[in-house]
Amino acid sequence: MARTTLYRALIFTLLFTLWVVLSGLLDAFHLTLGVISCGLVTWLSGDFLFSDRSSSLAVRFRQSIRMISYCGWLLWQIVLANIQVFRLAFGPKSDLQPQIVRFQTNLQTDFEKFLLANSITLTPGTVTIKILGDTFYVHAISDTAAAGLDGTMENKISAIFASPSTKAMTEV
Amino acid sequence: MIFVILSAILIVTGLVFFVGSAVGLLRFPDFYSRMHAAGKGDTLSSLLVLLGLAVYQLKDFHGFSEDWPILLVIIKILAISVFILITSPTSTHALMDAGWEDGIKPTIQKGSANHLEEDTKDI
Repeated sequence: MARTTLYRALIFTLLFTLWVVLSGLLDAFHLTLGVISCGLVTWLSGDFLFSDRSSSLAVRFRQSIRMISYCGWLLWQIVLANIQVFRLAFGPKSDLQPQIVRFQTNLQTDFEKFLLANSITLTPGTVTIKILGDTFYVHAISDTAAAGLDGTMENKISAIFASPSTKAMTEV
Repeated sequence: MIFVILSAILIVTGLVFFVGSAVGLLRFPDFYSRMHAAGKGDTLSSLLVLLGLAVYQLKDFHGFSEDWPILLVIIKILAISVFILITSPTSTHALMDAGWEDGIKPTIQKGSANHLEEDTKDI
């Protein structure tokens, strides 16, 4: 009980720091607005943050670093694939080969699946329609887009959350 | 001056991609392929337009002590682009899923199987 209160206080402090830094206004009116909205967000969603405390801070930090480099890679993929869809939009209709691709994923947690689904949707040419258990159903607009779903993205995502022990296992 | 030119280049490139997605929206054959154009037009293109606006802010930047509010504006613009990158695919996916649940049949290339239809037949 006391622990949850502590976490809620921590979340409130983080949010309020962000509010003050981003607003840059320190008069009573804006600070009151900040207290009200940060309090509301903490009250509504204070349980979501820090809900899973199984991994240590060092592991979290390593995951964040890998996540940032993944975002860089993803951004480049977005640029490449946007150009591809741009070409399709102006090209002949015969270039369109709409199809539904089905594949199994090895990702375990919901967050990893969410990340994979969103990454697939972000890279143009492919959109996730449905996830049933471990099976992904992806709508691809052309053969080249479908060929892009070769598991590179999935490997990168599982590498972000791999713990050192499982990483050593996959390398052997 | 250099910042103004750079931001103009970024914004115009973003607009070109917006035009591309609008053309795709009109030309693609069915609901699902149109969602590709509609849902993706606002990833790269809005990113480019927002980056252009962020760069444009830099033209008045002369020193940190006086012009720090400009940096705040830039951070906020970059935060908006991050939120777009998270929410845009989520809403696209929600629409695709809703379309499927509503029974819209995708136009599929001849010879390729519709696995989703096979697998959800019994549910």
